Amino acid sequence: MSEVLLNPALLMMLAGLVALVLPKRVLGIWALLVPMATLALLIGLPEGSAGQITVFGMELVTRRIDGLSFVWAVIFHIAAILAGLYAWHVQDRVQQVAALIYAGAAIGAVLAGDLLTLFLYWELTALSSVLLIWASRNPTATKVGFRYLIIQVISGLLLMCGALVMYQQTGSIAFDHIGLEGLAGWLIFVAFGIKCAFPFLHNWLQDAYPHATPTGTVVLSAFTTKLAVYSLARGYAGEDLLITIGAVMTAFPIFFAVIENDLRRVLSYSLNNQLGFMVVGVGIGTELAINGAAAHAFAHILYKALLFMSMGAVLYRVGTVKASELGGLYKSMPWTTAFCVIGAMSISAFPLFSGFVTKSMILTAVAYEGHWMIWTVLLFASAGVLDHSGIKVPFFTFFFHDAGHRVKEAPWNMLLAMGITAFLCIGIGVYPDPLYAILPFPVDYHSYTAAHVITQLQLLLFAALAFAVLMRKGWYPEEIKSTNLDFDWVYRRLLPRVTTALLNGVWATDRAVRGVAMRGLDGLVAKANHGLGPGGVFSSSLSTGAMVIGVSLLLAFYVLFSFFWSA
Amino acid sequence: MSSEQRDERQRWLDRPENVTKIVRTLWVACAALVLAEFFYHKHPYFGFDGSFAFYAIFGFAAYCVIVFSAKGLRRLIKRDEDYYNE
Repeated sequence: MSEVLLNPALLMMLAGLVALVLPKRVLGIWALLVPMATLALLIGLPEGSAGQITVFGMELVTRRIDGLSFVWAVIFHIAAILAGLYAWHVQDRVQQVAALIYAGAAIGAVLAGDLLTLFLYWELTALSSVLLIWASRNPTATKVGFRYLIIQVISGLLLMCGALVMYQQTGSIAFDHIGLEGLAGWLIFVAFGIKCAFPFLHNWLQDAYPHATPTGTVVLSAFTTKLAVYSLARGYAGEDLLITIGAVMTAFPIFFAVIENDLRRVLSYSLNNQLGFMVVGVGIGTELAINGAAAHAFAHILYKALLFMSMGAVLYRVGTVKASELGGLYKSMPWTTAFCVIGAMSISAFPLFSGFVTKSMILTAVAYEGHWMIWTVLLFASAGVLDHSGIKVPFFTFFFHDAGHRVKEAPWNMLLAMGITAFLCIGIGVYPDPLYAILPFPVDYHSYTAAHVITQLQLLLFAALAFAVLMRKGWYPEEIKSTNLDFDWVYRRLLPRVTTALLNGVWATDRAVRGVAMRGLDGLVAKANHGLGPGGVFSSSLSTGAMVIGVSLLLAFYVLFSFFWSA
Repeated sequence: MSSEQRDERQRWLDRPENVTKIVRTLWVACAALVLAEFFYHKHPYFGFDGSFAFYAIFGFAAYCVIVFSAKGLRRLIKRDEDYYNE
């Protein structure tokens, strides 16, 4: 039993429950110290499977540490620590508790060695994370939270169905390579795909993340989707379908990001696009590609958190992250500006920043396998990343036209969290070896070659030049208040409309049919009334004499009839 | 605006000629990167990516394609800010 409890995930979630009763002023430091302690525990734990429990004859493996799960568990811990520091000032018990349980559940899912344990943690991440959206405490966030929760729970149910089918067919629920075979394989694939925001299953992300609290979005951005990438890497590495899906994911969100006004939604589209790179890596499935996906997930969690942190700080101080209402903030928030620019350069993959040493592993792996079209799409998407996350987010927030906001710089804890994250982004970019050392497979890859540095700088600086030219010509789309329709329009507008129309049709038909029937019935009643009603033929009263004559006639007829019958 | 803002000193970036300087620097950097084509050993993956200044041309063109397609997309999908009434 003690072996079961010796699990960073369980301890972090227990600490989350303890936070329910802690005095409010220690919540900040608690959210920082707990993940630090469990990270120390994780590093000390031996590789291999442990913490088995038998439930209804099924063996659950609650703690599996190997090359793949370790790197994810480490970055999830780092994300929890940084998010804890960033939210130090928040005096909201719901958020602190939810964040610890959410992070713990995500780590538990990564360490799960079987599908049932994975399912339990999978649903727990959904239930705990929705609180970070509801914590915004406004009617919109409540609605959005319910939409988010429904979709996440559906993902969990599909996972459970898949696991049950698999158990019935193979007698095992071990979480290893699953592959796209049979009903179980596809059910679990779609479950992972929803959480990974595959095209057409992606809108929960852009819908929900911009509505969480300023600190909540930072937490949300780290775990759910990267847990899905991990699950795909575990269960579906090398599936060709993932290469296509991933390439589409890198490309389509770019266009939406360019014209989106809410900068946290821009970052959500950007997150979707970054997931695409990882999914392609998983689909390629070679050692270099899986290493690339893992390394990119690691770097991405940091720079994406940094970008969301900078936007969270702006939201916290200015009260909005709409590009149309921002500009010139570098004058008020110079540190936040600098950290945002570091995040932007990391995601754009400038040399000396983290994206440069991780994304290129995936592109190289794609090229080695000869997928020239996919490689070109990824290169195209890389230019897109420079636009929406590299230029648009910092430029329209901190530079461009001064919108006149004169605010205080972000609180010290937000700045410190951003500073450490920025340091890690540059640290990985300058000295990637420690990251390479914890990747699932041995690394034989060198990102700093003259050719790579020069070609990457060409790509990025010429794209930046295009921005400068378009901006000066006035051809760059201006930031305007708007809602841009995406696929969620189908279930937020089209389906309700179709359902209403169908129901209206059913009602109209029902009314018409009942109208015809009622008219027929009314006619019948009228006729009956005519005969049976007052003055009708059947209801006219007759005299007693006439009755006697009638009865006599009947009797006579009867006598006559019986006489002839018997004769 | 507040008096505080009127009083505040003009920043370097507030002057349009300085913005022009930044853009010119970018042009110079891009020119230098094209010149660098002659001074390093290429090892292209496919062939087409080894052509002269491939990444530079691709970066500029891709960026323009993205921006103009997005403008087209906006015509199709842009609605009022409170379209969903939430």
